[in-house]
Amino acid sequence: MSFNNLDTLYRQVIMDHYKNPRNKGVVDGDSLTVDMNNPTCGDRIQLQMQVEDGVVKDAKFEGEGCSISMSSASMMTQAIKGKKIDDALNMSKLFSNMMLGEDIDTDLDLGDIQALQGVSKFPARIKCATLAWKAMEKGVHEE
Amino acid sequence: MDAKAIRQMFPILDQEVNGHPLVYLDSSATSQKPIPVIEAVDEYYRKNNSNVHRGVHTLGSRATDQYEGAREKVRRFINASSTAEVIFTRGTTTAINTVATSYARANLKPGDEIVITQMEHHSNIIPWQQAAKATGATLKFIPLQDDGSITLDDAKETITSNTKVVAIAHVSNVLGTIHPIKELAKIAHENGAVILVDGAQGAPHIRVDVQDMDCDFYAFSGHKMCAPTGIGVLYGKKELLENMEPIEFGGEMIDFVNLYDSTWKELPWKFEGGTPIIAGAVGLGAAIDFLNEIGMDNIHEHEKKLSKYVMERIRTIDGVNVYGPENRASLVTFNLDDVHPHDVATALDSFGIAVRAGHHCCQPLMKWLDVAATARASFYMYNTEEDVDQLVDGLLKTKEFFGNVF
Repeated sequence: MSFNNLDTLYRQVIMDHYKNPRNKGVVDGDSLTVDMNNPTCGDRIQLQMQVEDGVVKDAKFEGEGCSISMSSASMMTQAIKGKKIDDALNMSKLFSNMMLGEDIDTDLDLGDIQALQGVSKFPARIKCATLAWKAMEKGVHEE
Repeated sequence: MDAKAIRQMFPILDQEVNGHPLVYLDSSATSQKPIPVIEAVDEYYRKNNSNVHRGVHTLGSRATDQYEGAREKVRRFINASSTAEVIFTRGTTTAINTVATSYARANLKPGDEIVITQMEHHSNIIPWQQAAKATGATLKFIPLQDDGSITLDDAKETITSNTKVVAIAHVSNVLGTIHPIKELAKIAHENGAVILVDGAQGAPHIRVDVQDMDCDFYAFSGHKMCAPTGIGVLYGKKELLENMEPIEFGGEMIDFVNLYDSTWKELPWKFEGGTPIIAGAVGLGAAIDFLNEIGMDNIHEHEKKLSKYVMERIRTIDGVNVYGPENRASLVTFNLDDVHPHDVATALDSFGIAVRAGHHCCQPLMKWLDVAATARASFYMYNTEEDVDQLVDGLLKTKEFFGNVF
């Protein structure tokens, strides 16, 4: 049987990040820690980042939630590691635009993140996808 | 009762969602509205709209008659002894907050107890947490059995002579547990406490007789029983309401206003500050007529059958865990192994099936169940066994889909 509608959302790479999350755990040593949850559905994430000289040296997360929120967190940590904070914030902006259904044109390497493009067609799930990015932004701004 | 004929009265149900006929299984969140309710609100705005209780003109009288007529319909629907005991509110939440603010703060002191359960909706927990903090009273919980029910022995153990308020749902919005309100009221009264019943999931589905139950307060929402959003009811025993202060002050609720002091109207209006929810009340009145025409007992019987059928069918699916007691209201809360409930709900939605996923405003209960979230399918008089079959079919397809992508 075909699941055309669902296939646009649940891409293989998303399910891979969900089942085998990258950067799950806690950062060794000092880090800035952000807790964030989605009060309407109960998804929660704890993001830890190690920032040195304006560069994200390490990023890890723990949490509980649906495939979209957890795979997005996995992809996000992968994407921002080694990036300058400004670039990480730019990526977050791009990601928000992507969730609004806009085409993304950038030199930044978004890696697996583009697999989440289909979420824009599922308005009820956009908050799942943006949870980790919101946590990252909050952490950076608190810093 | 012919659910298929009743279904024809709900125009919203006749549509396709994501290329499939809509199967609406989220009535515990809000029910759909039948034609007579939609038309009553429409007609009110087309012909009778005016402010109530002050217009000398004809429209003012018509609006007042309709508004107060709706109150009388509510009175009969719950068998209150007088319309003075029927206060229109914005919904269950406002009704509970009125009691928790007005009654509780005037009557509670340090050492007193408020008794609730861990399975309450947030709207029957947080107002009591706030009342406890404001007065120094203590919040206590009747323990839950493994299946999510409570026992009267535990209730007797928890409710003591220090207990001043017992607050409990008529029907749990997650587990579907139907609580023995009459017996709980007796225990509360033996200890000198009052009992408030959160009837949000009760009044739409089960015949309510507040005098027979002997509850002191009963709160419910119109929108879960075919009426518009934004209208609800607080029932309270007259002698209690008479001694309570309003929590909202302004127009409509006053008797005399002087420069430094004012007096209040009599019941029920002293609790209805500001222009009331007139069209909502008219819609609620029409919804009550509609429910009465079908018959609350018929609705309850139909839902009992449906609930039995869904339990039988859903259990045939490998990997489905159902929460709550065997004897339940017409809803089923469950999880599918290895698939998060949001993903279940998105998958079902792609087949046109609307269910709720999340914590259902019951975070303490989710903690007790040791899950972050669950999926819930809930039924009303317009649902049929075919809807249950669609749900089961949808869950099998969901399993297949997620089984393949992993």
